[in-house]
Amino acid sequence: MRTDLKIIEQWISPGSHVLDLGCGDGTLLDYLQREKSATGFGLEINPDHITTCMSRGVSVIEQNLDTQGLGNFEDHTFDTVLMTQALQAVRRPDVVLDEMLRLGREGIVTFPNFAYWRLRWYLIRRGRMPESETLPYKWYNTPNIHLCTFKDFEALCYRKGFRILNRTVVDGEHQDRWLSRLWPNMLGQIAIYRITREES
Amino acid sequence: MPDPLPTDSVGIVTPQTLHFDTPITLACNRALESYDLVIETYGRLNGDASNAVLICHALSGHHHAAGYHGKEDRKPGWWDSCIGPGKPVDTNRFFVVSLNNLGGCHGSTGPSSINPQTGKPYGPDFPVITVRDWVHSQALLADRLGIDCWAAVVGGSLGGMQALQWSLDYPDRLRHAVVIASTPRLSAQNIAFNEVARQAITSDREFHDGRYFEHNTLPRRGLMLARMVGHITYLSDASMGEKFGRELRDQAYKFGYDAEFQVESYLRYQGERFSESFDANTYLLMTRALDYFDPAYEHDNDLAKALLRASCEFLVLSFSTDWRFTPARSQELVDAMISARRKVSYAEIDAPWGHDAFLIPTPRYTAIFESYMDRVAREVGA
Repeated sequence: MRTDLKIIEQWISPGSHVLDLGCGDGTLLDYLQREKSATGFGLEINPDHITTCMSRGVSVIEQNLDTQGLGNFEDHTFDTVLMTQALQAVRRPDVVLDEMLRLGREGIVTFPNFAYWRLRWYLIRRGRMPESETLPYKWYNTPNIHLCTFKDFEALCYRKGFRILNRTVVDGEHQDRWLSRLWPNMLGQIAIYRITREES
Repeated sequence: MPDPLPTDSVGIVTPQTLHFDTPITLACNRALESYDLVIETYGRLNGDASNAVLICHALSGHHHAAGYHGKEDRKPGWWDSCIGPGKPVDTNRFFVVSLNNLGGCHGSTGPSSINPQTGKPYGPDFPVITVRDWVHSQALLADRLGIDCWAAVVGGSLGGMQALQWSLDYPDRLRHAVVIASTPRLSAQNIAFNEVARQAITSDREFHDGRYFEHNTLPRRGLMLARMVGHITYLSDASMGEKFGRELRDQAYKFGYDAEFQVESYLRYQGERFSESFDANTYLLMTRALDYFDPAYEHDNDLAKALLRASCEFLVLSFSTDWRFTPARSQELVDAMISARRKVSYAEIDAPWGHDAFLIPTPRYTAIFESYMDRVAREVGA
């Protein structure tokens, strides 16, 4: 089990109804169904992933966030709406975040930090768009069209009035290290945010 | 039949006729005192009768879904591509039941059967049958076969409607409903096409108000036209273009109105063949059953509300070029299932063949169907 999924799992209460945007091969939902008696759906567009979901008993809907949106889901349908490593790849991350918190009481989002020191250093030293193990693409073929930093994300949450309930910063191996806790926006590679629209 | 027989064929199969003596009351408030259902089965029912799969047929389908009736058969059953050893509906694991629905013309009691009260064919006196009636009769069939709960009820098009109706009427008697290239109700356009087909039949001079058998004739012309218009809606513009284009049967235009384009002669040929083998009253009945199907109707037109009764899991599949029951209609169904918090998986399969795509194996269609049914089999220990 990937560490980030383990962290997410702690934030899902038993019996939750969850929606996983870009659910991949259904690993997380499968785990949540078995370990947390969760119910819910995954949205996915990759045909092979969809087939894998079906064979492992994860309810998966073929739906493209960018072209179809989430208009077919009613308000407050889910306890938690998840999106792991996909925020940076959608056409309008701000709209997707709004939608997540329209459908669900809480949202959990993970994304790579573009202000990670190695990426900063790459840019300074070479003057070219950073590539790394987490972001192994060229600028022209990357699916990651909306990269941001932790600070950017938090600024957006502030502007939209979202409350950040938890934030965990991990490295490329999804390990929680004390160093990245010390100076997350410089030393953290991937962040896992738990957000809500509700007042405390 | 190919020689040698492919290893993934169920081989030679023999239909059985089951007679039912207890009257069945229909949605139209009439009853059939007794009736026959013709079925075929493939594979073996396991000890706890948990591995049974029901195949529901579409408008012109019947019980012969897989295998061959004899060595001289040129073509296998209508869904042979998906039913057999190692195929998506794997007969090594499942006990597969396929029937000809009531009102059909392939052996089950229908308008062309003899009405025991008059000694003549029912003809137009045969009651209008609905999807719900079919499902009711299928449940009685399940009782007869000792099947308490289907591992899955599977169908394409009108067959998918039956699978959906099963989930609403007998929620405890199926684990999975597989609804392929179907719709929760017909659109005005769908009904309009059916009406053209019916008008073609009933306006044929040989129709005789449905009593053509008594006049020793058949409304061939009308049935042929009905099939031609239906056939067009089963294909896509692209697949017709691919198959026929504007190809002529001869080199040049003849400046007449005979079948000059290949597509014309194809439609005429298909229509003529169909008119020899299908009963016109059954065609009227099947199209009406399609028109009437609307499970949301009794629930304030709220499909999600209707679905609250269902407890099975659903697989819904649509095909990109299907313009008869478009992917949007399947999505409508899926959205209602999501809203009712039912378990559902959905995929839109890219295929060029229009509505007929549900009968044609493509890699993605087969992969999805196979992995879903594999999971169903694992669930029931088959």
